[in-house]
Amino acid sequence: MAESNELRELTRVRFQLFLREPEAMFWVFVFPIVLAMVLAFAFRSQEVQPSAVGVMWGAVDAQELDALHAADDLVVSVFTDRVEAARKLRSGAIVVLIADDAPTLRLDPARTESETARLRVENVLQKAAGRVDMATIEVEPVRENGSRYIDFLLPGLLGMNLMGTGMWGTGFAIVDWRQKKLLKLFTVTPMRRSNFLASQILSRMVFLVLEVVAIVAFGVWVLDVPMRGGLDAFALICLLGGTAFSGLGLLVASRSTTIEGVSGIMNFVMMPMWLLSGVFFTYERFPEFLHPFIRLLPLTALNDALRANMLEGAQLSAMTWPALVLAATTVLSFGVALRVFRWK
Amino acid sequence: MDTAPAIETRGLVKRYGDFTAVDGVDLRAAAGTCLGVLGPNGAGKTTTIEVLEGLLPADEGEARILGQTWDEGGRALRARIGVQLQETRLPEKLKVEEVLRVFRSFYPRGRDVQEILELVGLEEKRTARSEALSGGQRQRLALGCALVGDPEVLFLDEPTTGLDPQARRRVWEIVEEQKRSGRTVLLTTHYMDEAERLSDDLVILDHGKVIARGSPREIIDSLHAENVISLQVEDAAMIETLRALEGVQDTRVDAGRVDLTVQRTEAVLPALVTAVRDAGQEIHDLHVHRPTLEDVFVALTGRTLRDG
Repeated sequence: MAESNELRELTRVRFQLFLREPEAMFWVFVFPIVLAMVLAFAFRSQEVQPSAVGVMWGAVDAQELDALHAADDLVVSVFTDRVEAARKLRSGAIVVLIADDAPTLRLDPARTESETARLRVENVLQKAAGRVDMATIEVEPVRENGSRYIDFLLPGLLGMNLMGTGMWGTGFAIVDWRQKKLLKLFTVTPMRRSNFLASQILSRMVFLVLEVVAIVAFGVWVLDVPMRGGLDAFALICLLGGTAFSGLGLLVASRSTTIEGVSGIMNFVMMPMWLLSGVFFTYERFPEFLHPFIRLLPLTALNDALRANMLEGAQLSAMTWPALVLAATTVLSFGVALRVFRWK
Repeated sequence: MDTAPAIETRGLVKRYGDFTAVDGVDLRAAAGTCLGVLGPNGAGKTTTIEVLEGLLPADEGEARILGQTWDEGGRALRARIGVQLQETRLPEKLKVEEVLRVFRSFYPRGRDVQEILELVGLEEKRTARSEALSGGQRQRLALGCALVGDPEVLFLDEPTTGLDPQARRRVWEIVEEQKRSGRTVLLTTHYMDEAERLSDDLVILDHGKVIARGSPREIIDSLHAENVISLQVEDAAMIETLRALEGVQDTRVDAGRVDLTVQRTEAVLPALVTAVRDAGQEIHDLHVHRPTLEDVFVALTGRTLRDG
């Protein structure tokens, strides 16, 4: 009885200390929701976005200019000053410039919106020059929840938040207690060291529930993000993700004696995952040969599993690989942390 | 079991690289007594106590607590000791009772949190966060954490350093209460009055070695001095004059003050007064006192405890 009591008490104080840290509450609850709101607003699904194009005075004749003005997918500005026009093009205020030397279209082909604008401008100019379309092609807009950017983004933000709070939450507390010589004092008591480490992960679990509920509730009710998979599978993924990242936090903090030191290692560990694990855009964009490595990262596993569950309604059986990666991360980091942990 | 001393070390050595922090220390404390370890900073007190607590392995020699080494004792032995480390800071945002409850949960048996609160006099601060406590109250809370497992052996590493006299006295009362209830206490300190008051036996450490041992009385008597005459002098010549007086066993000079160790005050004092008067000087700030552990330490090492 004494031992389960010890685990409970250690978990309880960790939790209480967390509740008494207002900054920590901000990062866990407020930050991800604010981020989701800002991004949802920035990438909201809109009507067709008109392209901003520039025309040098004299580059096109009056009839062509009228046709450009008349096109509802273009916003046209006319320039008399070449330097000014070039500046607007560089800054992206216009994405295509119809220059007066030929006429030529100036644009940066690497920008998708420039490429779109080029097609639109050419279409208008060709029609004005008398082109007749031979085939009739109907466009049918498909707009469905689950395929919007915010639908892709929210599971990624949830994954990123679980990583951040799991690692910072565990890592900072450990280093703080080590600096206070509290860990040293614990080792002269009969406390079981594994119970101490387990309590760090367990206390995170309590917060995990609150954190996930807050973010998902916001996503579902405010942003209309779908939850197509089973809640049991969803809960299990979150749990696996949460333990994996607090385990990793324990490991990262297992030797550091300063906050600066542990922050450095944290960033070193998390940075590749922020970039590679498909938080803001899919990792499919990275070269094929990197994919096996990227899929080994715990955040990739978590994000993939969350998206499969929320967006495609996948059940657990379809998520064996991510579940394995997360479970392995937990077991390995906890085991190694227990071995190398510095108590003094 | 009762025949084994509560604390025993033989030829304890602890090195840090080339530096030998503890150099062949033998200690022994019978159950129910307080063993004081006195010495300046850097004398090896903390290293010694940390080897005894099982925090550091000894390089040579052996340490036994309640008849067991740490290899033999393990967690079961941990449950029978209580420790207060130097400079542990308890989490600022935890309340007094929460701190005690966590420590209580580590021990298979021990005392109620309420009982400990009463013992260390923090009942009124039960729900205060540790950040709101004074230095003395924090020290008592740390003491409470050491006592909550109802330990047979209590290790206190400089429990009153940095406390004001009143706060120190409260800590002393708690330690005395532990002695009365039959617990063994090992206490390190660099305060002589603390060592004298609390210890049944005392060792004085310097540079990792025991330079004196015995009861405080025995150690002081080993000086074979009846009294110490202490006075302010005006110049160096006067120091030499006083040193040469008949009946002066030992002289110590510290910032214009001279301490003369003498067997018989009444034999030395008239000659001293004459000598000062003959030199045309005045006597300032003259004290005669019984030798203290500080005097012993100075006699043995030529330094004061605070010099470090």
